[in-house]
Amino acid sequence: MALEGKVWRYGDNIDTDVIIPARYLNSFDPQELASHCMVDIDESFAQNVQEGDIMVSGKNFGCGSSREHAPVAIKASGVPVVIAASFARIFYRNGINIGLPLLEIGDDVEKISAGDRLRVDKVTGKIENLTTGDVFNAHPLPGFVENIAKAGGLINYIKEKKINA
Amino acid sequence: MGMNMTEKILAMHAGLQEVAPGQLITCKLDMVLANDVTAPPSFKEFEKIGVPVFNNTKIALVPDHFTPNKDIKSAALSKAVRDFAQKHNIINYFEVGRGGIEHVILPEKGIVAPGMLTIGADSHTCTYGALGGFSTGVGTTDLAVGLATGEAWFKVPETIKVNLTGEKPADVTGKDVMLTLIGMIGVDGALYKAIEFAGDGVKALSMDDRLTIANMAIEAGGKNGIFPVDDVTKAYIKDRVKKEYTIVEADADAKYCQNVEINLSELVPVVAFPHLPGNTKKVNEIPEIKIDQVVIGSCTNGRIEDMQIAAQIMKNRTVHKDVRCIVIPGSQWVYKEMIKRGYADIFIDAGAAVSTPTCGPCLGAHMGILTAHERCVSTTNRNFRGRMGHVDSEVYLAGPQVAAASAVLGRIAQPSDLK
Repeated sequence: MALEGKVWRYGDNIDTDVIIPARYLNSFDPQELASHCMVDIDESFAQNVQEGDIMVSGKNFGCGSSREHAPVAIKASGVPVVIAASFARIFYRNGINIGLPLLEIGDDVEKISAGDRLRVDKVTGKIENLTTGDVFNAHPLPGFVENIAKAGGLINYIKEKKINA
Repeated sequence: MGMNMTEKILAMHAGLQEVAPGQLITCKLDMVLANDVTAPPSFKEFEKIGVPVFNNTKIALVPDHFTPNKDIKSAALSKAVRDFAQKHNIINYFEVGRGGIEHVILPEKGIVAPGMLTIGADSHTCTYGALGGFSTGVGTTDLAVGLATGEAWFKVPETIKVNLTGEKPADVTGKDVMLTLIGMIGVDGALYKAIEFAGDGVKALSMDDRLTIANMAIEAGGKNGIFPVDDVTKAYIKDRVKKEYTIVEADADAKYCQNVEINLSELVPVVAFPHLPGNTKKVNEIPEIKIDQVVIGSCTNGRIEDMQIAAQIMKNRTVHKDVRCIVIPGSQWVYKEMIKRGYADIFIDAGAAVSTPTCGPCLGAHMGILTAHERCVSTTNRNFRGRMGHVDSEVYLAGPQVAAASAVLGRIAQPSDLK
């Protein structure tokens, strides 16, 4: 399951108010949320992001408000995976729960720059920076959290469990 | 092996004798909470699961973020919450005018209690740890699954122990304690972790102080913040909590991943500069910073003690001519009480706007949005870029005493700066 895409690079402590400002939370239509994604710090993102582009950020990505509108907006932008030094915990849960893969790579994130091309294996967590030649391995998902991710999110996982029960 | 408070509550709700950090568990939920922003999208996910709600008495729905409805889309969100509450006979639904801000009213009405496990689709759900329960924020999908199954998955967190000693000076509030702690450990200092408060210093903290402190555990990245249950807690819940509850204590040999010491007697009023809650500075060490607006309220500081502290400072004084001061009680009870005690008169006579309970300005929703280059001193919990409006506005976080003194002087100030 290798993906290839161009990097949109952001810094540390990117909060969910920045990912999707509260003034747009009166809707939860994914496409409408995507059209405002990151607007307060990077107006070009929503306009220019291409299907398959990858978001890469520093530590504590997704801190602040629990709004699931934030990972929904990123996913609906066409971003298939987010890579960060670390994720804030509610965002991390939300990403897994909606089937947006999140890969944590610690300080290795410093070796990825805006515009780099990455090849990412969502299953093994192997990340190749095709621009620089660097290779990284993301921390694996623990236990049944991996099963939630594999099911494509928590709702599918719960439904599968109900059917198999 | 000894367990700390968080581990004990999680074990209890997972049906296990003991749990350890890193363990993945599924827990039974005592309370599931959502608001007008987070509940409606979860209803869609809930319908996909296709079962009734797990228990109509263990769900709380509080339209508080965009209410009283700020626009037509928000009115539709509120209506979705109201319709769901009616359809599923949700007992703890709080209509506009009959409740207030979720994290103010749930403790106030005795809906949350010691030992309970609560999830809420709002990051400040961690507030209820003040009462000795485990409570944490989740997103829409976790909420939907919680509504349907009454269960949620957790990774047992490591725990940071914050040992409080001494007694805080008269001009220091719970907000100063928490902003100081976040300044010490950073906005990701407790990432994926629990924060357990302990030590002799706890007993001198009022329940409103503790609610403010636990409320901001998330601003240090924390999963939850939790306080021991003592006489202050018992006095608070005595006439409020009608159901059975369990008091949990940390074992003497409980494990902590980090110990932090705070001597409350050494604290001074502080303010968190833009754009992170961890940019904490002592008010007596900052240059003159002129301000345009002050907000006193929110789930962090919208309780009666906050109103009392602000009113005592504003009494016989006026809001600076260049400042708008907006006072928002956190609940209908706080609102009535501040009228009864004369605080509302003090604020209005001082030239402040006093509004009905709402989250409003805290998240830049309505009731006090900032334009470019405006500065606000706010008793709320976040000062992220653009949080209260324009991306080039600035929010400075502080306690109610700093907010009130700043409103009077038109610059960031502490009570001792007033003549």
